[in-house]
Amino acid sequence: MATAAISAERENYLNQEYGIRSWLLTTDHKRIALLYLASITFFFFIGGFFALLIRLELLTPAGDLVQADTYNKLFSMHGQVMIFFFLIPSIPAVLGNFLVPLMIGAKDLAFPRINLLSWYLYIIAGTIYLHCIVTGGVDTGWTFYTPFSTAFSNTKVIEAGVSIFIVGFSSILTGLNFVVTIHRMRAPGMTWSRLPLFIWAHYATSIIQLLGTPVLAITLLLVVFERAFNLGIFDPTRGGDPLLFQHLFWFYSHPAVYIMILPAMAVESEVVACFARKRIFGYNFVAMSSIAIAVFGFLVWAHHMFVAGISLYSALVFSILSYLVAVPSAIKVFNWTATMYKGSISFTTPMLYAFGFIGLFTMGGLTGLFLAALGIDVHVHDTYFVIAHFHYIMVGGAVMGYLGGLHFWWPKISGRMYPEGWGRLAALLVFAGFNLTFFPQFILGYMGMPRRYWQYPPEFQVLNVLSTAGSTILAIGYVLPMVYFLWSMRYGKIASDNPWGAAGLEWKTSSPPPTFNFDEEPEVTWEAYNYEQISAPAEVNVER
Amino acid sequence: MLSDSPVAVEQHGPELLHHFADAEQQRDAASLGMWLFLATEVMFFGGMFCAYLIYRYWYYNEFAAGSRSLDIWLGTINTAVLICSSLTVALGVRAAQMGKRKLLVILLLLTIVFGFAFLGIKGVEWYDKYKEHHIPGNSFNVDDLVKEYPQIHIDPRHEQIYFSLYFAMTGLHALHMIIGVGIFAFLTFHAWKGRYTPKYYTPVEMGGLYWHFVDIVWIYLFPLLYLIDRKPLR
Amino acid sequence: MFDNFPLWPVRASTNAGNVDALYIFLVALSAFMCLAIFTMILVFATKYRRRRGIEAEQIEGSSALEITWSIIPLGIFMVIFLWGAVIYFHERTPPRGAAEVYVVGKQWMWKLQHEEGPREINELHVPVGRDVKLIMTSQDVIHSFYVPAFRIKQDVLPGRYTTAWFRATRPGVYHLFCSQYCGTMHSGMIGQVVVMEPAQYQAWLSGGGTTGSLAASGESLFQQLGCPTCHRSDTQGRGPILTGIFDKPVQLEDGRTVIADENYIRESILSPSAKIVSGFKPIMPVFQGLVGEEQLSALVAYIKSLSPTPSGAAGKTSLTPGGTRSQNP
Repeated sequence: MATAAISAERENYLNQEYGIRSWLLTTDHKRIALLYLASITFFFFIGGFFALLIRLELLTPAGDLVQADTYNKLFSMHGQVMIFFFLIPSIPAVLGNFLVPLMIGAKDLAFPRINLLSWYLYIIAGTIYLHCIVTGGVDTGWTFYTPFSTAFSNTKVIEAGVSIFIVGFSSILTGLNFVVTIHRMRAPGMTWSRLPLFIWAHYATSIIQLLGTPVLAITLLLVVFERAFNLGIFDPTRGGDPLLFQHLFWFYSHPAVYIMILPAMAVESEVVACFARKRIFGYNFVAMSSIAIAVFGFLVWAHHMFVAGISLYSALVFSILSYLVAVPSAIKVFNWTATMYKGSISFTTPMLYAFGFIGLFTMGGLTGLFLAALGIDVHVHDTYFVIAHFHYIMVGGAVMGYLGGLHFWWPKISGRMYPEGWGRLAALLVFAGFNLTFFPQFILGYMGMPRRYWQYPPEFQVLNVLSTAGSTILAIGYVLPMVYFLWSMRYGKIASDNPWGAAGLEWKTSSPPPTFNFDEEPEVTWEAYNYEQISAPAEVNVER
Repeated sequence: MLSDSPVAVEQHGPELLHHFADAEQQRDAASLGMWLFLATEVMFFGGMFCAYLIYRYWYYNEFAAGSRSLDIWLGTINTAVLICSSLTVALGVRAAQMGKRKLLVILLLLTIVFGFAFLGIKGVEWYDKYKEHHIPGNSFNVDDLVKEYPQIHIDPRHEQIYFSLYFAMTGLHALHMIIGVGIFAFLTFHAWKGRYTPKYYTPVEMGGLYWHFVDIVWIYLFPLLYLIDRKPLR
Repeated sequence: MFDNFPLWPVRASTNAGNVDALYIFLVALSAFMCLAIFTMILVFATKYRRRRGIEAEQIEGSSALEITWSIIPLGIFMVIFLWGAVIYFHERTPPRGAAEVYVVGKQWMWKLQHEEGPREINELHVPVGRDVKLIMTSQDVIHSFYVPAFRIKQDVLPGRYTTAWFRATRPGVYHLFCSQYCGTMHSGMIGQVVVMEPAQYQAWLSGGGTTGSLAASGESLFQQLGCPTCHRSDTQGRGPILTGIFDKPVQLEDGRTVIADENYIRESILSPSAKIVSGFKPIMPVFQGLVGEEQLSALVAYIKSLSPTPSGAAGKTSLTPGGTRSQNP
């Protein structure tokens, strides 16, 4: 068993082999996680750049920074890049890839070469999308609604569609790998009820990736075929139905939002348990809630279509189901809060992100109740209220979960500590900047400002200016971690095996871990979150 | 300090990958992985079946007319070809199980032959459609069908949806067949080299699962596309 | 509400107050929940912050608590659902006898046609206190007709009609937005709804030189296109009689029975072979491409005028939601 040796001298997955070939042809899940980290960070900044341009344009009511067509491309590509090339891979492909084998005591994922293939598919898709951006971009909105996308748009719809088709397979393969790994490769003694909740949530995520993404794939393929071969499957002038596209599209794209949030919930469970030094309250309920979210998530897609022309009775069904899917998320929030009761809480950067997550996810989730209410949705659908809602969940929730997780496991991944002061500053900047950016948008939406508007009536300007101001603070908050993480890889304090005194198999091996994860195959004889057996480390700041 | 000591000590052939504890775990993982992959394929084809079902319900007449314009004999032969190929696949898995290398190679080759036969016949059918101007696009023309079925008044725009779905569904199926043939070529090569033994024939099994799935998709496609309404016309 | 910092648009329809009531309830509920959770977290974080010598207490959970905080939220959610559903049902059920306005959305403008005849572009004049039903379609891509002050919104689709309705309660000028992204000038596809006192509205109506009512122009188009050749007013015609058919069941030759609503009439003109009336042959020519959307609206209005309309007060409110009886689930 590895002791608190100076890891930098020991052989680990980072220094085991050098050279670009050893990285580009690796099958080590940990190296692949880092390959993903680099790639998705790149796309995050591209998507973020588009967002900045959008917010700059919206400083004034008139369309004066870019042309209307350019603006339409900006929000379309912001959405597609952020969703498909950042959010959906983010936690699973970086933290999941790195941690799933470690947490269950395995040497690698079930299919390491498929894991590498998954990254290459991502890169191929990303390259195609970059080409799409520089040769004109796409302006259909991230949702590709027909018949605009099939018969009216003059932009590179086919290229964008093909790119997202390919990155979808990257996602499917990741999900497939996780499910098989979790089923078949747990170490002796690692029963299902001893699994970290991180694993349960990633399992649920993977089920969604497996079963939902293929439907997006076929839908986009049909759109591409329609454009390329002049088919009329969604063309109303030829008897096709544009609503069929919407049903098929949202059948994936609603569960997709659970692909984006469940992994963040996974991180939340691990971080809260560690920095309250307690087992998560209601382990069984939290685990089952993840599964429930995955299952119910497939049943609510048409709540995106309440005013699209579906029947009244469909709308009633989807509305009531949407309320059902809200319950497991509420359960999780209550359980995380209850975990803090009689805990021993410290305020490290990951924990700050965890607090932020609970707050912002709660707000985003509550506003989901507004949207599920049919009478309200009619008024706020396709307005900034919806934009605020999903950014609260995806940015306030998922991205903060991602950043919190990166900070929490950074010592394990890199063998170094990040600078705690800067970490906390960045967390606070992100939290403040985020709220200033997106809270005004709730009001804007209820006031009636539609989304995807390049220009807007002047009475909406004040709130837009506030929102843009917030986005600049948010941007700084995002750039800081990139800077200090890179800095820490050279100059950061060397991390011990378990700097946080956390439970979990990943902390029982060195930081960074050896290539095959464990010196000896672990045999698990304890329950998850056995904090009563782990002493709090001196390294973590003790608040008086 | 690299160590996979528990596994290194154990005697195993080159097929056992280092990250698995034993051959059984590797086989179980492969099997679960393939079944999950097939589940994704079900969802993939499912989207198209969904579109098909909806449009067939709305435009039944046009779908029936389009269906009748397909060659039922070629379709039936293709169905038989695929069923035979699934038989050779199943027998091949059994041959591998029993260590019969030569038999395995023959059966795998036969499967490939059947696969090519299917693709060839499919090509002939598509060519027929091309000649009849039934391929959606700029030269799409179903005046022949309109004339042939005066009693049901065909709308060419709706007819185009039938053929769009026909080509999309059979096209994607054919693509999966081509991939299947490629997989079986790979399996044949390795079988010939003696790689598969009664202790290790997982790739043959997994390839077989994939092939059976592609076959089953066709079993659904055939009646849905070819057999909509073959009752004698009034 | 707050003049300098409004939180919601002016309420200008009978519907708006209902929507805002639910909204305010939800805001209050959310504020309460956030306060409760944030306070608890703050209290726990302070009270149970890490201190030397004090360990965390390992608590497995509590089934009773779990069930309680599942059931209570579920109950509240069901209340919200029902409340929202009632509002929605009301919103999607245009009252009988409503004045009808045909709307055609196209990239990037709104074209509106009153029953009485006047046409408008990007503007809709209506009187206070009158039910107005919008029968809408698109000439190209999907648009959406959104009037925040009325709290109504409905996607406008190519190839079929969708409907929305409102009763304005307050004179004024209110925003009209397109709220379904439709291309370059999506954000320019805006206009206004002008609500006037009834007397002023009458004046406005007779002000412009009207070309006669929409149904009247539909009638002349009907004659022009030769429809009476087959659609006679007796049973000798090769096509079905059109008087009295609107909103009534029609038996089709494949055995189905459908209701002759706006979408049915529209489809019968553009794509006659889709639904053949029982006892008739499929010989009606296809008018797709021969009539534009506005002409279609006129024809539909004319055919509707051949059926008696129930009187406003005594008439039953239509129980079937408008414009949804065609095919979509």
